[in-house]
Amino acid sequence: MIPLNWFLILSAVLFLIGVLGFFIKRNIIALLLSVEIMLNAVNLTFVAFSSRIHQISGQIFVFFVLVVAAAEAAVGLALIIAMFRNRETLNVDRSNLLKW
Amino acid sequence: MIQALFVLFAALAVGAAINVVVQKHVLYSALSLIVLLVAMSGLFILLEADFLAVINIIVYAGAIMVLFVFVIMLLNLPEDEDGTDRLRWLKFVGIPMGLFLLFMVLATLWQTGADNAATTQMPGTPQAIGQALFTDYLLPFEVTSLLILIALMGAVVFAKREL
Repeated sequence: MIPLNWFLILSAVLFLIGVLGFFIKRNIIALLLSVEIMLNAVNLTFVAFSSRIHQISGQIFVFFVLVVAAAEAAVGLALIIAMFRNRETLNVDRSNLLKW
Repeated sequence: MIQALFVLFAALAVGAAINVVVQKHVLYSALSLIVLLVAMSGLFILLEADFLAVINIIVYAGAIMVLFVFVIMLLNLPEDEDGTDRLRWLKFVGIPMGLFLLFMVLATLWQTGADNAATTQMPGTPQAIGQALFTDYLLPFEVTSLLILIALMGAVVFAKREL
């Protein structure tokens, strides 16, 4: 039987890799991929707790996270296509019209 | 045996996640994320969440990642230009702080009791998930369809020519 905190530690490591990628990458598609890593880390925590306290609810929440990730990917990629069509770049530092 | 499988899948997941971040081209990042999803499905199977493992492969690796790869290939991207000026000091500040946060989280998680609970009473079979989804979680399930509809319309509007 695998201890619960192994899964929690793995999930924390994956989440922090996602956060790190979100901060050091500049390509907007890479940012979306980092968000997917973070969502997967959270999914792992949900399933680990769900299996450990014998409640199915955690797995249902993973189901909803999947749906939200699909919606996010669809809308986000449509936005990325619109952004690339207007500016010819995907670098988030270049789209600084609203920055001071 | 189970521990060895966990270590295998965990190493695969962490390696794939690191590869997603360090890879210069986005296409390789996306392909590496698929490896991460497969490792995640293996971990789900170890936790006896069979249905979610299958759904993870079908929906995430099969649908969402295909969308990503499709868009990456459609746009015909140049190489990643990460070496801009603001990144120089951000790396020196951010990586030590991230490692510090990682250390704090690990120290806390290591202290949580290593409970060795008995076998799972309620494995994540399609039957158990379906019963919970269509009784207790019926309203969130229906709201989900509304969310998908709105995302669909939003994608169509954003992808139009004159934005």
